[in-house]
Amino acid sequence: MIIKIRKSSDARYSEVAPEATYASRREFMRSIAGTAAGVAAGLVVADRLMPGAFAAQAGLAPLSATKNAKYTAADKLNTFDQITTYNNYYEFGTDKDDPARYAGRLTVKPWSVKVDGMVKKPASYGVEDLVDFKALEERVYRHRCVERWSMVIPWIGVSLSQVINKVEPLPSAKFVEFTTLERPSEMLGQKVPVLQWPYVEALRMDEAMHPLAMMVVGLYGKVLPNQNGAPLRVHIPWKYGFKSGKSIVRLRFTDKQPATTWNISASNEYGFYANVNPTVPHPRWSQARELRLPGLFMNTPTQLFNGYADEVASLYTGMDLKKNY
Amino acid sequence: MTPSDTVNAFLKSRWFYPLVFVACAMPLVLLLKEAIPVLVPAIWPDVTVPWSGDLGVNPVETMLHTTGRNALRLLLITLAVTPVRRFTGWNRVQLVRRTIGVWAFVYALCHFSIYVAFDQLGDVHAILDDVAKRRFIFVGMFAFVILLLLAITSTNGMIRRLGRRWQRLHRLVYAAAVAGAIHFVWGQKADIREPLIWFGILTVLLGIRVVWAVRKRRTRLAAAVSH
Repeated sequence: MIIKIRKSSDARYSEVAPEATYASRREFMRSIAGTAAGVAAGLVVADRLMPGAFAAQAGLAPLSATKNAKYTAADKLNTFDQITTYNNYYEFGTDKDDPARYAGRLTVKPWSVKVDGMVKKPASYGVEDLVDFKALEERVYRHRCVERWSMVIPWIGVSLSQVINKVEPLPSAKFVEFTTLERPSEMLGQKVPVLQWPYVEALRMDEAMHPLAMMVVGLYGKVLPNQNGAPLRVHIPWKYGFKSGKSIVRLRFTDKQPATTWNISASNEYGFYANVNPTVPHPRWSQARELRLPGLFMNTPTQLFNGYADEVASLYTGMDLKKNY
Repeated sequence: MTPSDTVNAFLKSRWFYPLVFVACAMPLVLLLKEAIPVLVPAIWPDVTVPWSGDLGVNPVETMLHTTGRNALRLLLITLAVTPVRRFTGWNRVQLVRRTIGVWAFVYALCHFSIYVAFDQLGDVHAILDDVAKRRFIFVGMFAFVILLLLAITSTNGMIRRLGRRWQRLHRLVYAAAVAGAIHFVWGQKADIREPLIWFGILTVLLGIRVVWAVRKRRTRLAAAVSH
């Protein structure tokens, strides 16, 4: 367990780590790809040569939040630049830099979230109706992708349970389902059926109500950038990243386990639970170690429940984690 | 002078071979230009590199993808050499087939070495375990071993020594190309558009061989019947 408790008098992360400027990354990679055209003369068709104009994120409004002393940086924080230029957000494209490149055109205002299913107050809510912006917290969470890379991120938001309590789910609700926006005109990746759109993820109610589960609206002292799931997303730090749905437009409460997008795509690779677990390998790689970006070596041991076992292991008492991966 | 003559004149010029060689080396040179300033200080903190480089947020992923793509690309180009020669009559293209093939191996070797050093930390047991357990790794390793074998036997001396067996051995390049393309497909999470394009090209290149083989056989049979 490596969560250290720090005093709230410690410097803000935004003071410690200056915001890096955007660089046009991967340009060289595409040039490398293009060079072989000298030999290939036409084989370059496989390379998606694209202009490298990154979406400008200069205008992100500041967000004030109280640091949650329980979740401060025991690990070195990733920079704003790293967190916002290396994203898996297939709605904007399947390359890691596609979201930074194309998410700028997404309209996030106005935004409404439909709440339905087994809930006392089904309605269409604005972001401010669901998230109490006066109660925002900053929490530093480890983010572990199923692909084995990980980052350390200062999110801003509230406990997901606070959001759920506002809409009062019925006792019969056993799961909550999160649906991501489907708007191919602004989410160009959705024009290609690489996944089933819209993206759907879900949690068991007790997982969603766990205080660690977070509804996120900001990052690094600012409003959440589009490529990270603006205007609101969940972050479930003990699960692989794909469980944390972005740009949420619907919360549905149900008594049946919802079908989730990556599980539909490849059920042998992506289970419903997707708890970070070094002993359950992915079919294409071992999950025993991870790559803490921007490092080079896959030498960071993966921790059970991504290091949050003390807090969340009790949710899974008696459950076979190898079967329920 | 027809355009085809112009091409032939170029193929006969002293620029043809060096140009192909430089084109093959260029992606590696560009990658090293970016990689050296990232890798060297990370491995030897005392050493400074007098220029800067950028491999993105995940440098190892960038290096793996760049070297893997180029290995497969050059492998397919070697398979295109003979069809190009037979369809166009530009016989001189045959001159660079081996060079491109050896370069394909060089990129595959870089790809393999990056996996061994950064992903598996040089742990031989972990690598063998990975190969045995995961078809994605197995098929990539299979392609690499073939390319290694073909690169070792690519010298003039080996061609002479192996005689007729050399050609039979080097037909394994088809297996390496298929395995490499499958490795690319199996490496994807969901988006297999790019590997499918490669597969399409590979299918055409192999299809041409099948058509040739069938025709050759028919001609031979026809000849046998007429006798």
